[in-house]
Amino acid sequence: MKLRTDFPLLVNDARLHYLDSAATSQKPRVVLDAMRDFYETSNANPHRGAYSLSVQATECYHRARLDIARFLGVADADTLIFTRGTTEALNLVAASWGRSSIGPGDEIVVTALDHHANFVPWQQLAIEKGATVRICELTADGKLDLDCMKQLVTSRTKVVAFNHVSNALGTINPVSDIVRLVRERSSAITVCDGAQSAPHFTVGVDGMEVDFYAFSGHKMLGPMGFGGLVGRRELLEKMPPYQTGGDMIEFVHDDRSTWNVLPHKFEAGTPNAAGAVGLAAAVAYLERIGMDRVLSHERSLMALAQARLSEIEGLRIYGPPVGERSGVVSFTLEDVHPHDLATILDGEGVCIRAGHHCAQPLMRRLNLTATARASFYVYNDEEDVDALLAGIMKARDIFGYVPA
Amino acid sequence: MSRPESAAEIAALYQEMILDHYRRPRNKGTLANPDATAEMRNPLCGDEIDLQVSFAGDKVGALRFAGRGCSISQASASMMTQIVEGKSTTEIDSIRTRFRELMLGDVTAATDTRLGALRALSGVARFPARVKCALLAWNALDSILVNRRG
Repeated sequence: MKLRTDFPLLVNDARLHYLDSAATSQKPRVVLDAMRDFYETSNANPHRGAYSLSVQATECYHRARLDIARFLGVADADTLIFTRGTTEALNLVAASWGRSSIGPGDEIVVTALDHHANFVPWQQLAIEKGATVRICELTADGKLDLDCMKQLVTSRTKVVAFNHVSNALGTINPVSDIVRLVRERSSAITVCDGAQSAPHFTVGVDGMEVDFYAFSGHKMLGPMGFGGLVGRRELLEKMPPYQTGGDMIEFVHDDRSTWNVLPHKFEAGTPNAAGAVGLAAAVAYLERIGMDRVLSHERSLMALAQARLSEIEGLRIYGPPVGERSGVVSFTLEDVHPHDLATILDGEGVCIRAGHHCAQPLMRRLNLTATARASFYVYNDEEDVDALLAGIMKARDIFGYVPA
Repeated sequence: MSRPESAAEIAALYQEMILDHYRRPRNKGTLANPDATAEMRNPLCGDEIDLQVSFAGDKVGALRFAGRGCSISQASASMMTQIVEGKSTTEIDSIRTRFRELMLGDVTAATDTRLGALRALSGVARFPARVKCALLAWNALDSILVNRRG
């Protein structure tokens, strides 16, 4: 797959080896063009004007929702709420559903694999409401310990929050097993962080049967500041608004207000219509490639990287085997700190992430403060893996200095 | 920032003295009865410095640090403990100010002998993402000295 030429940033810097797509992806020209085209031909405030340009903007925004919902496998497009991204989507659930449903003595189950975005909102909600957070631990190879989860989920459990794919290790979690386990033991809602799954394979949100699924557009070739939340309609309809203001109201009396229908109830203020248009162009681009090819391309690069990294003495790779991971290789190299490694790789034009990956509970359990993480996407190729390896060897040379 | 293009800039960052302090940190450990302690965390990357200080009059007596992190954060901590030991808080203030200037790329600071071995960290200025690492221990010391002044 040779798609690099579709990405202006990668064309502009031929020496760049971008291996940090789990943080954010680069954007293909078709996405940038679609957003520019929206502003040049259709820009007006959606849902407002009686004039045709506003109607056109509304249609662009509406069509984007239908396209993105179809891509995600969501039949009822009005249950797709647009947000700034995964973080806002998860905060929406914790604030709206959580504040109105959680009380003292209730329990919330999160996992040691979660990103802070699906951990801290629940922790803070529990503190506010006198509820308790329970943490599902991991197996030795970095997978969720479902036996542990079985013990944690009881009739007291009101929420089970987990990620579809771990951003730090790449672990793909068995969503259907988790949902079944939760249903057998409790009436808890399930909240799935899909930030690292939607970009990389066909997710089929309706078929996952989770109550909430959150995702970010910028990790799947779309613009920053745009993503969404898919929620079960019965829950969304009962939930109070997350933010209030324009567009989300039905009628504002002097002393009270009533709310607009879904999805507008949860989209206060002028929407990010250009963001929606950009993400719709991104999912159309991904559909043209085919998500099966996206997955197999990443798997083959990961397998190549894994095989070559494994040959390096002192290099340790974290997480389950390649076949049970998505897009991510997380590793450490002897006493070369990941930060130092990232700086030296940067000198070679190789961008990797170094740090705790917004997963400090996980890092504590691995007894690490940081790992180096290379992540792959559609525009990467074997040359990027070569550059990664060359940079790592260079770091070993620099740190090979032994004091006399 | 532009990407560091030259191997020379990487070499300037990872001077032997820095790697030596990283591998063989000076004053690493704990004091039996410190007068003050401070913990600093870099929330971006998880680097950790726990600093302990005992005072002798208006001077810093002994210092020890514990922590985990990159070579820059740990070497900077090690070098800092060496240079501030036995100095008055006024002297330390002036070194700290000069060191911050060094981190901001002030070329006159890179040849200022008052900074002693800290000048080995001058290469950090070319890597803005790493300046926080070099300042972590200094921020810990700063919080101790600010508290002491009251």
